[in-house]
Amino acid sequence: MLTRNRLRLIRRRLLQIAPVIVLATFVVFGLQQLVPGDIAVTLAGDNATDARIAEIRTLYGLDRPFFVQYGSWLWDALHGNLGKSILSGEAVLDSIQRRFPTSLLIVGCALSLSLVIGIPLGILAATHRGSRIDAFVTSIASLGVALPNFWLAMLLVATFALNWNFFPATGAAPLSAGVGKALHYAALPAFALAAGGIAEVARQLRSSLVEVLSSQYVRTLHAKGLSPTAILWKHGLKNVSVNLLTVIGLVFNRLLGATVVIEAVFAIPGIGSMVVHAAIHKDFPVIQGVVLALVMIVIGVNLLIDVLYTVLDPRISQQ
Amino acid sequence: MSQTLIRIGKWLRRDLRAALSLGFLLLLFALSVSAPIVAPHSPTNQDVNDMLQEPSAVHPLGTDDLGRDVLSRLIYGAPATLYASFLAVTVAILLGVPVGLLAGFLGGWIDDAISRVIDTLLSFPAIVLAIAVTGALGVGLTNGMIAVGIVFSPQLARLVRAQTLIVKQELYVDASRVFGASLGRILWKHVVPNAIQPVIVQVTLLLAVALLAEASLSFLGLGVQPPQPSWGAMLARAYHYMEIAPEQMYAPGIAILLTALAFNALGESLRVALDPTMKRR
Repeated sequence: MLTRNRLRLIRRRLLQIAPVIVLATFVVFGLQQLVPGDIAVTLAGDNATDARIAEIRTLYGLDRPFFVQYGSWLWDALHGNLGKSILSGEAVLDSIQRRFPTSLLIVGCALSLSLVIGIPLGILAATHRGSRIDAFVTSIASLGVALPNFWLAMLLVATFALNWNFFPATGAAPLSAGVGKALHYAALPAFALAAGGIAEVARQLRSSLVEVLSSQYVRTLHAKGLSPTAILWKHGLKNVSVNLLTVIGLVFNRLLGATVVIEAVFAIPGIGSMVVHAAIHKDFPVIQGVVLALVMIVIGVNLLIDVLYTVLDPRISQQ
Repeated sequence: MSQTLIRIGKWLRRDLRAALSLGFLLLLFALSVSAPIVAPHSPTNQDVNDMLQEPSAVHPLGTDDLGRDVLSRLIYGAPATLYASFLAVTVAILLGVPVGLLAGFLGGWIDDAISRVIDTLLSFPAIVLAIAVTGALGVGLTNGMIAVGIVFSPQLARLVRAQTLIVKQELYVDASRVFGASLGRILWKHVVPNAIQPVIVQVTLLLAVALLAEASLSFLGLGVQPPQPSWGAMLARAYHYMEIAPEQMYAPGIAILLTALAFNALGESLRVALDPTMKRR
């Protein structure tokens, strides 16, 4: 599987990603430069005395030059020290580690739903191009993209939780409390989150499958007398599967962001509610910690997808 | 000018979807401008005797938890929404387009450097970065939308860069350079007009994303601040009274959905209309 060509491609990809990682940490740290005025005054909170502001300034090293501050922040971050929350005093990394599994469970469920529903819809639309089925799927996809996901979440809560009592309206349960219970809590948030994902998967799969099915070699296969089903399964989907990988990466990254808003609706103690609370109260170590964690996950997922891509698609390593 | 109008007229007659969405958006714009005349009540006038009322003749969409007229708040929410979407997209254009042009046209290490920055910014989950930037700039609609604009700009920069790379190869660009035109003139007179079409499409689609971002930020309490009306903020209030007055969340949600659909549909129609390979000859 791993020929020398492929290894070289993967190595090149790793080299390309290195500056992105460094720049990302720079952007995350640079966020606090956007604060208008003196950040020490902001961090000290309302009605702080001058002495308290000076104390904050030394505590966070804000009196040092920017690059020295960045360097020491990065050094700490590399050693797993993301600082402490200004509001709660808890170590940021601990909060992230405690809250992340909750968010990941919802994102994971939403991604699965997006694929399980989106892939068949995309295939149906592409194989029935121009028909009513196609029009239906395309409309569903347009709706899914334009629907505010937190509003869908509210509608789901009102209907399935408050009216019918099928699901809990708020909160989350960890997997350690039992898979059934955890999924029961995750179902509504995951579905609200998945609406956009389903639309995206169906759309992308439809367009790439349409392209493959209208290509020259598929026409040849038709001429050779291969049945449409055989063409779809043996040739169409095989070619599309690589594109699908890209879509999965894209959708995962988008869901990771969107869960922030959904967690607010369901009062879920994940990293989303953590960063929103921190943003309202200017709790910078928490904002920076969560954003850093998320961007590193996204970069990691993108890298993983690129590597899989190189391994799965023989055309890439032959270039 | 009149010729352009005639062409637009022909396009709208042929494309019902585009005509409907454009009509809806123009109506929304008209409502925004004339909100003080059209709205039956003040959007911020509270009435404790009239809280969470069902729709009636006086209040066609009922009242909210502070006794304010929902229809009036919905109408006054329209300008906030349009302002927010256009502000975010304008910021994205002002940042993204020049950067993309320069990267694509100059090439070399400048292009490499800019492209890495674009890659980096695109790695951030958009809404999370917008929340973080809003947190830094301070909560509020304008800051929130500047944040969203900053977050969108790399998307436009990447698109403009790709377009510029194509246009740069054209003979008329070489010719212009031979005649001694300055970089600014070449970019403005030759590259921009020929690279702009996909950007127009993307900008229209981004308006929908910006609208949803505004609604999300206001819902989270990072955007529009009370008592100013905004559809997202109306949903945030409705959320707290979901058990006793679930109907509070229908109108603002439908308004957001329809407007986002209209921007998206217009973008898709523009894509078809502007794509030279899809044009009917």
